[in-house]
Amino acid sequence: MSHHIVEVKHLQHIYADGTVALQDVSFTIHHGESVAIIGANGAGKSTLLLHLNGYLTANSGEIRIGDFPLTRKTLPEIRRTVGMVFQDADDQLFMPTVFDDVAFGPFNLGLPVEEVKQRVKAVLEQVGAAHLQEKPPYHLSGGEKKRVAIATVLSMSPDILVMDEPTSGLDPFARRQLMGLLRDFQHTKIFTSHDLDMVVDLCQRTIVLHQGIVKADGPTLEIFNDDTLLAECRLEKPLSMQGCPVCGKGR
Amino acid sequence: MRSIDGAVLDLKRLDLLATADSVIHRLDARAKVLTTLVFIVTVVSFNRYEFTALFPFFIYPVVTASLGNLPGGYIVRKIIMVIPFAFVVGMLNPIFDRELFVRIGPLAITGGWISCASIILRTVLTVGAAFILVGVTGFLSVCQALERLGTPRTFTVQLLFLYRYIFVLTEEGARASRARELRSCGRKGLGLASFGPLIGHLLIRTWLRAERIHMAMLARGFTGEFHSRQVSGFGWRELFYVAGWSAVFVVLRMENGAQWLGRLVTGGLS
Repeated sequence: MSHHIVEVKHLQHIYADGTVALQDVSFTIHHGESVAIIGANGAGKSTLLLHLNGYLTANSGEIRIGDFPLTRKTLPEIRRTVGMVFQDADDQLFMPTVFDDVAFGPFNLGLPVEEVKQRVKAVLEQVGAAHLQEKPPYHLSGGEKKRVAIATVLSMSPDILVMDEPTSGLDPFARRQLMGLLRDFQHTKIFTSHDLDMVVDLCQRTIVLHQGIVKADGPTLEIFNDDTLLAECRLEKPLSMQGCPVCGKGR
Repeated sequence: MRSIDGAVLDLKRLDLLATADSVIHRLDARAKVLTTLVFIVTVVSFNRYEFTALFPFFIYPVVTASLGNLPGGYIVRKIIMVIPFAFVVGMLNPIFDRELFVRIGPLAITGGWISCASIILRTVLTVGAAFILVGVTGFLSVCQALERLGTPRTFTVQLLFLYRYIFVLTEEGARASRARELRSCGRKGLGLASFGPLIGHLLIRTWLRAERIHMAMLARGFTGEFHSRQVSGFGWRELFYVAGWSAVFVVLRMENGAQWLGRLVTGGLS
């Protein structure tokens, strides 16, 4: 496996209605890195993520995942390598039971039934959802759905985890729980999020997208200490880096 | 609005029932699909004035549902829902077909009423058998069985997507209808005029949602084939099941089981 695990070069994407979602995006993410892609609404985050597992096709530019360039031929291998967790868990869970949903990917990989059962059991235990195995996904709480959605992806043993807004819609406890889970993963992780405190907690590196271009790319703390950059990109400091709103200390 | 949500959950329950374990659940799906097909063809093949001979056919859905531990009340409720549709199909028969068929004391029953009742009875039997088939097999396994029996994959995958789309459509429909209802303050809102854009929006929203779900499927390596954790083969048990039931259906088709039973009870056979 190449040292450069995700390489995006001059990616451009224009939607059919003429909206330029990505103008010129380039970055390289190395093995084992945990990277946040942040930006205001409409900055191009979701479009970028959809390129990483080949759902959208670029107007120009190139993406390499591991040793492979992203092409129609390499798509199946790339989709196994890049595990994508969608923002809305309801879109990701479509089978009658949690087991069937988590088993969906491994079955598509052509694994034998016994192996699939073992994998499902292992990943559900890993995300703390073993007791939900026979439940229908629509009866789960938001936090449970999210964990099961992550399990559906982990069961395919991806090298890279890509997550769109992992903490959105979760209560504080479920959010903490999920962050603890994500912190323990050894995968290369790419998140998009508006939960900037989560970004500070989980990501050493942050890429700031603004109007379809990479406005900044560097260590997370450095980015969040650049007030001019944040204001320009319609972002704010994470709450944990702001002073106390009551006593004003730390401002 | 609540009724849409409730109906969806109720339909999803059918798939959940299929995850249970029973003698019937353990049978290979192909055996159950074939038996149900033979059942439906036999029931439909009766002439249109046949009524009493259809009753003994209830043995199949009743035995299958009880061996499969399906909740009777739930299945009956599902079947009752389709009776109005069957009635619409047969409701003109009593008007056009006034030929006297049976006279019970002062009550004259025309052929039209008999054929209308026959349509309803056949609907109850065939729809009931189909519901029970899904309840003891699961829609996914039914489609897989159809494929293994030679139905083209394109067709079975379309069928599965269509089934999945029912949920997407009703879920989105419930949301849209809830939003409309909450803002119409208990009145009719804008009435019929608001339904045009509502339905248009619904189509676009379900389309987008279906695309996102498809995307999630592709992201997990979907290549047009669904798999199931149940591994089963078509063995002797399945062969006996199909052959046994088919024999029962053929006998009940040739002989009027209800009359036969009547003669047996009244001693007419001796």
